[in-house]
Amino acid sequence: MFAFIIRRILQALVVMLIISLVGFAIKNKIGDPVRDLVGERVTPEEREQIANNMGLNDPFLIQYARFVKQAVKGDLGRSFLYNKPALEVIVKHAPATIELLIGSALIIILVSLPLGVYSALKPRSLLSRFTMSFSTLGVSMPVFFTAILLIYLFAVNLQVLPSYGRGETVDLFGNGYWNTGFLTMDGLKHLILPCISLSSIMLPLFIRLIRSEMMEVLETEYIKYAWAKGLSPRRIWLIHAFKNTLLPVVTVFGVQMGLTFAFTILTELVFQWQGMGFMFLEAVQRADTSLLVAYLVVVGSVFVLVNTVVDILYGFINPTVRIAGTT
Amino acid sequence: MKTKLQKFKESYFFYSFKRDRVAMASFIVLVIFLLMAITAPWISSMNPYDAENIDIMNSEIPPMWMADGSPEFILGTDNMGRDMLSTMFYGLRTSIIIGLGAVALQAFIGIVLGLSAGYMGGKTDAILMRIADIQFSFPYLIMAIFIAAIFQVAFGVGSYERLAVPLLTIIIGLSNWPIFARTIRASVMGEKNKEYVEAARVIGFPRFTIMFRHVLPNSLTSVMVIFTIQVASAVQSEAALSFLGFGMPVTRPSLGSLIRAGQEYIFSGSWWITIFPGLWLVIFVLVINLLGDWLRDVLNPKLYKG
Repeated sequence: MFAFIIRRILQALVVMLIISLVGFAIKNKIGDPVRDLVGERVTPEEREQIANNMGLNDPFLIQYARFVKQAVKGDLGRSFLYNKPALEVIVKHAPATIELLIGSALIIILVSLPLGVYSALKPRSLLSRFTMSFSTLGVSMPVFFTAILLIYLFAVNLQVLPSYGRGETVDLFGNGYWNTGFLTMDGLKHLILPCISLSSIMLPLFIRLIRSEMMEVLETEYIKYAWAKGLSPRRIWLIHAFKNTLLPVVTVFGVQMGLTFAFTILTELVFQWQGMGFMFLEAVQRADTSLLVAYLVVVGSVFVLVNTVVDILYGFINPTVRIAGTT
Repeated sequence: MKTKLQKFKESYFFYSFKRDRVAMASFIVLVIFLLMAITAPWISSMNPYDAENIDIMNSEIPPMWMADGSPEFILGTDNMGRDMLSTMFYGLRTSIIIGLGAVALQAFIGIVLGLSAGYMGGKTDAILMRIADIQFSFPYLIMAIFIAAIFQVAFGVGSYERLAVPLLTIIIGLSNWPIFARTIRASVMGEKNKEYVEAARVIGFPRFTIMFRHVLPNSLTSVMVIFTIQVASAVQSEAALSFLGFGMPVTRPSLGSLIRAGQEYIFSGSWWITIFPGLWLVIFVLVINLLGDWLRDVLNPKLYKG
């Protein structure tokens, strides 16, 4: 187990190194750090002077080492678009995205659990069939198209829900970092459509997963034994069977939140949601390479961290994983 | 030739196809879509890529069954005065070209790496599969968006748009190959210890020949299933990238950029500019997914899970 953890952490470090190398290459080859600092209005001689002072004419490896050293300290460069440290810009945009993720995770859990369990128990009922065909359709719907349809229906036609922005927000800790939309009526209204759009992409997957896991468990010996003992159906379904479908579902849930993250970029664009994804698109459009690189490094690190932790936890639960890794 | 056709008609494959109404219907719809894409230049009433055909006075005409519609434009026109139906034919064509190209690239990378890893084993296997694992841990869409963003910043928006078709093909191809590598590797591991491979080895065929001529053809069934589903996912990725502005420019729209261009017009009531290409895309991806599901059940009953 110990060797497995070490190997996993080493792998994570290698990946981080690759990410930082890519990030640095973009910054060094494509970006223009001098412009990030002083803007466009300086003479070529002054530029050369500044570049020298900043060490931009040093050998590649020395510059790269400096980049990594600064990155470890949390200095990922300055965004010229916001004229602030890039990390600060990202941290300020993160809560909007996180709230979107929390909202859609809630919807996914509240909708997929009952529907998945029900369609496993009663596969031939009308509701189950409807759910299954609906989930096939759902997989094929791009998240931005769902979002546009929702806006057209609820914001343009019925005019009951707002179509863009976060609405009225409350400063959660009083320091300007976390403005939440969960505490005001207006903020909640603005959350509804984006969260539904975002969850729509994962819902079909989870309904199918829960259904198939549940059906598999229902076929096992211990469930048959429980029937033979004469336990009530409700007890067998909800306590014996359901508990054992949860482990794979939770694992997949952890992994799929990563993919959901990609879809937040699309959702944020449609709803003009001022989160990290929207900021990222802005950075690309305006060629703000520092911010782009910072985003890449931050998102990359979060992924590596989550994956490593999930893998190690999974290694504790399922011993075959750690043996498979040694070959 | 006739015997082959006969054989096919009697096969289990064809039998289960005839029995499955959903598969049949999806197949017919898919063929219609493909025909529309291939014959787009001849069946469209105008060439939407040619600025000369565009008359701005015709912009935002609703579909012909609505009050202000004109029979000249069956599904109406977009904000630039292009016939919706024609742009959708051309858009579908672009989406399919990119989708197929990207999956071909994915399959190529995946097959070469997966085959080498599975057949050679040892260090090669460990290194190649570790790379695949690492990339697999990043969602393909994030991967594609990042590569696209880097390309766009590196090339500048202008040349990116000129090179959009090959660039998108490469981006989507690079972002989603590990699934092919894994599948191929798994089936190669099962094949490589069988007797025919041993026989080929004893005869003294070079390793390369055994890998590509003997092992590969026997591992292709599983690739077929993935290929179908990957095309759907590649078309969706292309649409997502175009929607984000990393894809086809509005002057040569794919389905994704059509949706992007029409998005803001839903507020002024011109819903058809964005809804029609969207539905087009959904139907296209849906039939591929349905066919993929069916193919998976027929070719690989063991994989079947609700």
